[in-house]
Amino acid sequence: MAVKGPIPEIPAPIWRNFKDLQEWEQLHKTRPVDDKHSAAFEAVTEGVHRFPGGFVVTTAADAFLNWARKSSVWPVTFGLACCAIEMMATFCSRFDVERLGMVPWASPRHSDLMIVSGTVTIKMAPMLLRIYDQMPDPKWAVSMGSCANSGGPFRHGYHVVKGVDRVIPVDVYVPGCPPPPESLLNGLLLLQEQIKHFKRTGQRAVPNDKVD
Amino acid sequence: MLDRSSVARVELDWAGPERLTMNMGPQHPSAHGVFRAIVTLEGETVVAVDAVIGYLHRCHEKLAETLTYAQYPSIASKTDYVAAMTSEFAYVLAAEEIGKIDVPKRAQYLRVICAELQRIASHLLWLGTWCMDMGGALGGGATIFLYCIRERETILDLFESLVGARLLYGFYQVGGVRYDIPSGWTQACRSTLELIEQRVVEYERMLENNPFFLARAKGVGVISRDLAQDIGIAGPLLRGSGISYDVRRAAPYSSYGDFDFSIPIETDGDCFARYRVRMVEFRQAITIIRQALDRLPEGPISSRPALKSVAQTRIPKGEAYARVEGPRGEVGNYMVADGSAKPYRMKWRGASFSNLSVLPHIIPGHKVADVVAIMGSVDPVFGEVDR
Amino acid sequence: MQPADAHSSLAARFSGAEIGTGTPLVVSVSPDRWVELAQCAKDTLGCRFFSFLTAVDWKEQGLEVVARVDNLDDGLGVMMKTRLGPGVSACGSLTAVYRGANWMERECWDMFGIRFEGHPDLRRILLDDSWEGFPLLKSYAVDTAYPPYR
Repeated sequence: MAVKGPIPEIPAPIWRNFKDLQEWEQLHKTRPVDDKHSAAFEAVTEGVHRFPGGFVVTTAADAFLNWARKSSVWPVTFGLACCAIEMMATFCSRFDVERLGMVPWASPRHSDLMIVSGTVTIKMAPMLLRIYDQMPDPKWAVSMGSCANSGGPFRHGYHVVKGVDRVIPVDVYVPGCPPPPESLLNGLLLLQEQIKHFKRTGQRAVPNDKVD
Repeated sequence: MLDRSSVARVELDWAGPERLTMNMGPQHPSAHGVFRAIVTLEGETVVAVDAVIGYLHRCHEKLAETLTYAQYPSIASKTDYVAAMTSEFAYVLAAEEIGKIDVPKRAQYLRVICAELQRIASHLLWLGTWCMDMGGALGGGATIFLYCIRERETILDLFESLVGARLLYGFYQVGGVRYDIPSGWTQACRSTLELIEQRVVEYERMLENNPFFLARAKGVGVISRDLAQDIGIAGPLLRGSGISYDVRRAAPYSSYGDFDFSIPIETDGDCFARYRVRMVEFRQAITIIRQALDRLPEGPISSRPALKSVAQTRIPKGEAYARVEGPRGEVGNYMVADGSAKPYRMKWRGASFSNLSVLPHIIPGHKVADVVAIMGSVDPVFGEVDR
Repeated sequence: MQPADAHSSLAARFSGAEIGTGTPLVVSVSPDRWVELAQCAKDTLGCRFFSFLTAVDWKEQGLEVVARVDNLDDGLGVMMKTRLGPGVSACGSLTAVYRGANWMERECWDMFGIRFEGHPDLRRILLDDSWEGFPLLKSYAVDTAYPPYR
């Protein structure tokens, strides 16, 4: 059957149009308040925390909910290049991530974590952002491999994004080319450490945060 | 009790000339990498496929003009990242052909051993991901996937003890190889091969006794002999369509002529034929490695000194096209050298690029569910497609 | 067809071409005989396997289109070349002769800006449709900026 289909109209990609470099740098610096939770919830938890003796409730709730969050982080399978093969090896029986509670899940709507494994190219960047935007909060991103960290060996190529943190905010960077599964597991355990530090059950820890 | 003969057969006809354009976007569960197929459907039948590639275009050809002959082989691994040794092999052979550089016998045999081990590892990954695509990650498909990755880990351990890296290496250099085999490696290699030989038989039996697998693979994605040659597909796709062409036989490189192995040919041209070709290739690769290990000569591992500076290799003016039989087909490197330490132009003839271009010709006429099975049997690796 | 016969039959048919000796058979013709050479390779020499098609940018001397076809039964490889002159970036398309040239020529358009006349669907294949510039030309810098991604 030699039927030639119509060349479809591909709609223009939706991505944040940064006016200039300063604007995306701003987004990168002010990342931690990106999670969406309602002002009422914030007010209530802050009120409980400030109430004399109320901190017991919030810290216990934090401990419990953070344990629940970190023990069940579902990554969306976002394999781009060579690191995807090492990511698949990490998901398999020898370097099992399922013992950490991570079930690789193809749909971004039901996942918590995006492991960006591989080189992000300019053509792929809007698709990556679209998948990241489809993930519900709270969500995390792990940049796996040197290509996702900074562009890697292809940094000087005309079509390569110099690191996925120019597109999405990243929580853990895992170096390597490709990082062996042991490194990726180390990165995922570090991510679990980070998740443990949510405060008032909704606020992420920023670097150098004072623990009160 | 339902009497099958009395059940009325209702033929559902497609509702008029309505065509639906469906996007199998760059991120999808079938674990092949970043590929976008815009399929035009009439009901459940695919009418046209527009394959959009380039999501992993990493500027290899332009970067090769800026990197020296000593720097590039480890970057070359990243084209066909599942079988990284293949691409390094092609690049290094091209440079050696232009520069008329001899490679010592031991290095040639080591290259053959690594290339064949890489072929086994790549086919294990192919089998695992193809079965997972057809079976579903939470359905039965993950069975073969987990088994094959387990076997592949044993081979990657061999590579790790040889080169230091599991997936992407910098093992080849112009003039030979960089590392020699450590003690105990040949013994570990032989026991790994025995293990894989037994396990491959087990997987074959598991799959060929499974009627779902046979229904999804037989008669699906037939590539005719004429189309195969016209498009330029190579490797198991070509041999599955009845054409006997293997670069290791047609233009033997790196002492492949010393080894005794057979080339599997199947004439049906469907997914099942390509599967059979690859299963026989497992065994042939094991045979070749055993022969190479038995006859491994002593000697230097490179005719060039060890890498001390990045610009130490200069290739005189000339051009060459070196080709290698990779697990996916003919991987070629067309290199134009101009006398300096960097090539003037280097083109990758990626096996997966040509293999993937056959998709718009064979998928129309099949159902949507067959798209995944056909893509898996074509076995693309997008590092090679997009370079 | 053996390489020696191929050499003589090509020399007879393409009088102005440069034909090298040895394997593979390198044939260089002028651009107006490019499609004819491909047709001759397919019909007379029996080279039905299309390997690749690419281009080389020779700076002041212009672009050169290189294609390789093989005769799998006889083991004959033919490397066809044509030099488009300085400033010329149009060439005949081989898609009518070899279907595999479709994607290869799209890639040459994408990377070098060579327009292939007669190609059914000449659009960019590896880069975005809105990309400006042809990267593999020597005048294009490898680390061209594209804010904000790089």
